[in-house]
Amino acid sequence: MTTLTRERAGTDSTDERQQQSSGGEKAFLSVTHAVLVFWSIIVIGPMLWTLMTSFKSTREIFASPFSLPDGLHLENYANAWTDAGIGKYFLNTVLVVGSALVLVMVLGAMCAYVLARFEFPGSKAVYYLMLAGLTFPVFLAIVPLFFTLRNLGLLNTLPGLSLTYVAFALPFTVFFLFAFFKTLPYEISEAASLDGAGEWATFFLVMLPMARNGFASVAIFNFLGLWNQFLIPVAINTNVDNYVLSQGMAYFASQAGYAVDFGALFAAVVITVTPVLIVYIIFQRQLQGSVSQGTMK
Amino acid sequence: MTATVTQPLPGGDTVPTRRRRAGRWTFDRISFLVVFLGVPLAIYLVLVVSPFVQAVYYSMTDWTGFSPTQNFVGLANFEKVFTDDIFLKSMRNNIVLAILLPIVTITLSFALASLLTVGGTMKGQTRGLKGSGFYRTVSFFPYVIPAIVIAIMWQQIYDPSNGLLNGILVALGFDMFESFPWLGDERTAMAATIFVIVWSMVGFYMVLFVAAIKDIPAEIFEAARIDGAGRFRIATTITMPLIRDNVQTAWIYLGILALDAFVYMAGLNPGGGPNNSTLVMAQQLFTTAFTKGQFGLACAMGVVLAAVTLLFAALVFGVNRLLGGKDAR
Repeated sequence: MTTLTRERAGTDSTDERQQQSSGGEKAFLSVTHAVLVFWSIIVIGPMLWTLMTSFKSTREIFASPFSLPDGLHLENYANAWTDAGIGKYFLNTVLVVGSALVLVMVLGAMCAYVLARFEFPGSKAVYYLMLAGLTFPVFLAIVPLFFTLRNLGLLNTLPGLSLTYVAFALPFTVFFLFAFFKTLPYEISEAASLDGAGEWATFFLVMLPMARNGFASVAIFNFLGLWNQFLIPVAINTNVDNYVLSQGMAYFASQAGYAVDFGALFAAVVITVTPVLIVYIIFQRQLQGSVSQGTMK
Repeated sequence: MTATVTQPLPGGDTVPTRRRRAGRWTFDRISFLVVFLGVPLAIYLVLVVSPFVQAVYYSMTDWTGFSPTQNFVGLANFEKVFTDDIFLKSMRNNIVLAILLPIVTITLSFALASLLTVGGTMKGQTRGLKGSGFYRTVSFFPYVIPAIVIAIMWQQIYDPSNGLLNGILVALGFDMFESFPWLGDERTAMAATIFVIVWSMVGFYMVLFVAAIKDIPAEIFEAARIDGAGRFRIATTITMPLIRDNVQTAWIYLGILALDAFVYMAGLNPGGGPNNSTLVMAQQLFTTAFTKGQFGLACAMGVVLAAVTLLFAALVFGVNRLLGGKDAR
């Protein structure tokens, strides 16, 4: 393909129209780049502005949106971390998201494996039940969920929140790991069982390691989804001490209108974004790669 | 719970699949299946499935949550929902969002994706644009930022007196925007809100479309170009129809997002905006349940929300099929 077109471009048979449009070509290319650069500025600009503003004192913020900070007001970060409770929320988020992520990946992999590799009456029904969970809006469930957790004594507790995260992330996890387990060759699990491995050993020592690529993508998406989760904690985790970052941010922002520590608000935004930024930079190739696989069913 | 797992097993014994060691229901295997399927399923049934089912039942009661009894009131809640002007207004806002958000986001991300893939030189082989990796990485980033943080960030950018937007506009000489409340004016609140959601979503769909366009065989573009089709023509009559399934997926995802939109609204305009111009059903539901304690009524709103969502998805599938798309993938 490449050689073919190169040859053609080199020979006299090159289309005259194409040669003529070469000036237009250049113009179009520069317009294209201009559009893309403009869009990139729209995307990055607000973030850089937020970063810059997070180093300004509240007085400076009121003075002008553009002025550079007169020094690095790192006390904004200290204030956000301690006074506004962002540090506490951060810790809560790490605990809840961390435990939920581990649990949902283990349980999701187990469930997906059984559904993908074993056929038994009802296995299809379970699979469709999982799919249904992906379709319905969480809002429909939110009120009964509140009372279910209250009856279980898990309302307003971190374990309760974590378990709820697991339950709501499960359909997505099962759905995608199902596809990965489906594609693994049967010969290998048969070989494992001939070598005397039981079902448990086959899963943990043979199948799970083989599915690790898919496993990683799903884990990244789950991490982002759970870290960014807002509705579930707002509804079922109403004790301020147990707040996670997303709801803590909303709480802080709604108070900032009165308390007016805007510097700390911007600092809090930066603190919240930093972990996802790190994950994004490390895994961005993998993330972008799985977008197309992930959305095509 | 366990019943659903163990019951089918003896049946499975009699119809062994070729691939399995037929019918060896050893302790190892049974314990494996019970634990592997039972534990996740139990959590899922208790915390996801049962609340969904309960919500449908509660939507027909006058439950206030804390009273031990509740009366079955039939469809009275739905009647109340559909005669409540504020809820109807929020529903209208959701529908406006569900129409505009996908159109704007898909158009913009498709245009950017086209520029990145076939926007390069028209000579020779289809080449991506130089630096397309950079543009992709930058545009995708907002997708991973927590939506609530995006909303709060933009709330500050839209701030009438200290915000970035008015700062830029005034610097450019538009003095009438000196303290224009973008989110506080009924005329602009919704548009400003839509822009924020579009901003956060374009990168994701751009990456999705870029991947889809790259799957189209280069010969097709080559042929179109030899036939003299221009870039715009290629994008609209060749690329778009060939990636229609991805576009359909995008419509559905964005529509579902638009019919929810709770997070963005909670960050930008928690109170529903000027004259409820950005109030959405989800906010109304949340207030009805957790502020007013009218749980039966809130569940009815949830049922309406779910029904509208499913209707929307069905509509997208239907339209795509009518326009000649592949179906039943």
